Amino acid sequence: MQTILEVENLNKTFTLHQQQGVVLNVLKNISFNVQAGECVVLHGHSGAGKSTLMRTLYGNYLPANGSIRILHQGGMFDMVGAEPREIMAVRRETMGYVSQFLRVIPRVTCLDIVMEPALERGWSLEKARSRAQALLQRLNIPERLWSLAPGTFSGGEQQRVNIARGFMVDWPVLLLDEPTASLDDVNRQVVLDLITEAKQAGSALIGIFHDKAARDGVADRYIDMNTQEASHAA
Amino acid sequence: MAALPSIIETTQSAGRQPLLAVREVGKLFGPDKGCQNVSFDLYPGEVLGIVGESGSGKSTLLSVLSGRSQPQEGNITYCNKQGELIDLYSSSEAERRTLLRTEWGFVEQNPRDGLRMGVSAGANIGERLMAQGVRHYGTLREQGLSWLNQVEIDPNRIDDLPRTFSGGMQQRLQIARNLVSSPRLVFMDEPTGGLDVSVQARLLDMLRRLVRELDLAVVIVTHDLAVARLLADRLMVMRRSRVVESGLTDQILDDPQHPYTQLLVSSVLQP
Repeated sequence: MQTILEVENLNKTFTLHQQQGVVLNVLKNISFNVQAGECVVLHGHSGAGKSTLMRTLYGNYLPANGSIRILHQGGMFDMVGAEPREIMAVRRETMGYVSQFLRVIPRVTCLDIVMEPALERGWSLEKARSRAQALLQRLNIPERLWSLAPGTFSGGEQQRVNIARGFMVDWPVLLLDEPTASLDDVNRQVVLDLITEAKQAGSALIGIFHDKAARDGVADRYIDMNTQEASHAA
Repeated sequence: MAALPSIIETTQSAGRQPLLAVREVGKLFGPDKGCQNVSFDLYPGEVLGIVGESGSGKSTLLSVLSGRSQPQEGNITYCNKQGELIDLYSSSEAERRTLLRTEWGFVEQNPRDGLRMGVSAGANIGERLMAQGVRHYGTLREQGLSWLNQVEIDPNRIDDLPRTFSGGMQQRLQIARNLVSSPRLVFMDEPTGGLDVSVQARLLDMLRRLVRELDLAVVIVTHDLAVARLLADRLMVMRRSRVVESGLTDQILDDPQHPYTQLLVSSVLQP
C-alpha cells in the first residue's frame, strides 16, 4: 500500500499572550503514517488534542516543529513551513476537511456551497451541479432548500450540507472531525457509506468519531491520543 | 515558541512569476508612523488582506504599493501582461498612471473619490475603455450594460448620475468602472467600510465571485476581520508601521502567534 501521509515528530504549542503568556504543549512528538485506502481513527478523551491535530494537519494551526509530508501532485510535500499559496493548492487538490460546522456566507446558496470545491478544480458547472444534487438528495436535504442560503437551516441540515461539500470531490487525504455527531440513524448511515466509498476509492482517512458504532464501522486502526495527556500536564 | 511565519517569501518556485514583488519598502512620517520594512510577493489570482488598527500604516502601505506615493526605501517590481518586469518607482509618472488605468484598478473606500459624480453611470464605466482607444458608441454602451448587470445594478439606470444612487450601488459602480478594463491587480481600501451590514454582504458576495471568475490578484486593506476571512487568501497584520505577522488567512485568525494579533482576534465577536 502506498503511504499518503507521513507525520513525524509533530509538536504544537499555544502561547497565550493575553493570559500571562501561558504555554500549552498540546501535541508532543506525534509520529504516524497513513496509507491509501485506510481509515485511522484518533482516540482519546476530550482535551487530548484530537481536533488540534486535525487542524494542524490541515494548516489551520501552525505547528511548532516536525513535519507533515503529504503525497501531493506526485511528490511528498511538507506542509510545515509551506507558503500560503502552496497550502491552498494542497487544500484544493489533495486534502479535504469535514467538520460538523458549516461556515455560512450570507447570500450564498446551499448548492453553490456544495459545488465550490469542484468548481475550484475547474469542473464544468453542469457536472458540478449534478454531483451536488445527487449528494444533497442522498443526505436527505429537501430540494426546496437547495437554492436558499443555509443561514436559516437547522443545525443538522447545515451539518449535512457541509458533509455534501466535503464529499463533493475525491480527496487523496480526507480529515473527518466528528462528521456523524448529532445525526439521526438514517443520515449517519449515509455518511458512513460515503466514508466507506472514499476508502474503497483509495482515500487515506483520518477521523474523530465519538459515536462508538460509527467508529468501529469505519476504523482500520486507532491512534491513542491519551498518552499525550501526561506530557500536556507536565 | 513557534517561529513566526517568514515575512519575506522565497521567489524561486518554478512556473508562475509573482505579479508584484515588494522588497523592504518603507515610508515614514514620524517614528513608527507610516510603514517600514515591508516585503512580500503577490502571485496572479492571490488575494492579500492587510489588517490592523487605525493608524497602523495600512493605507500608507496601500498607496505606496499602488504607485500613488513614492516610498523612501525599498523597491516594487510589477510583471506586466507582456511578462516584462517594471520597477514601479523608476518608471515615469505617465507610465505609472497608464498602469493604474489599464492593468490595475483602485477601489476607494468612499465611492465619491473613485467615481466621476458629474457624468452618467454608463460614462463612468466607459471611461477606461475610451482611454484605451475604444471609440465605438455601441461597444461602450454594450459594455456599460453588461457591467451594470454584473454588479447587480438595474441596466435602466445607465444614463443616471451616480449621485442618484445609494451608497452600496455607488460602490458597485466603482467596482465595475475598475474591472471593465480587465485589470490583473486591484487595490481596495476598506471597500465595505461605509456600508450597512446587509449591503456589505451583497458586495462581499459579488467581490468573491468576480475575484474567482476573473482570476484577479487583490490587495485589500480592511480593519474588519470577517471581511478579511471571507475575501483574503492570506493576511499581513500591521501594527505601528510594521508587519508583525503574515500567513494563511484562517491560520492567522484561528491560531495567531503574535501578541498583537491575538489581541486583535480576541477583541472581536466571531471574526
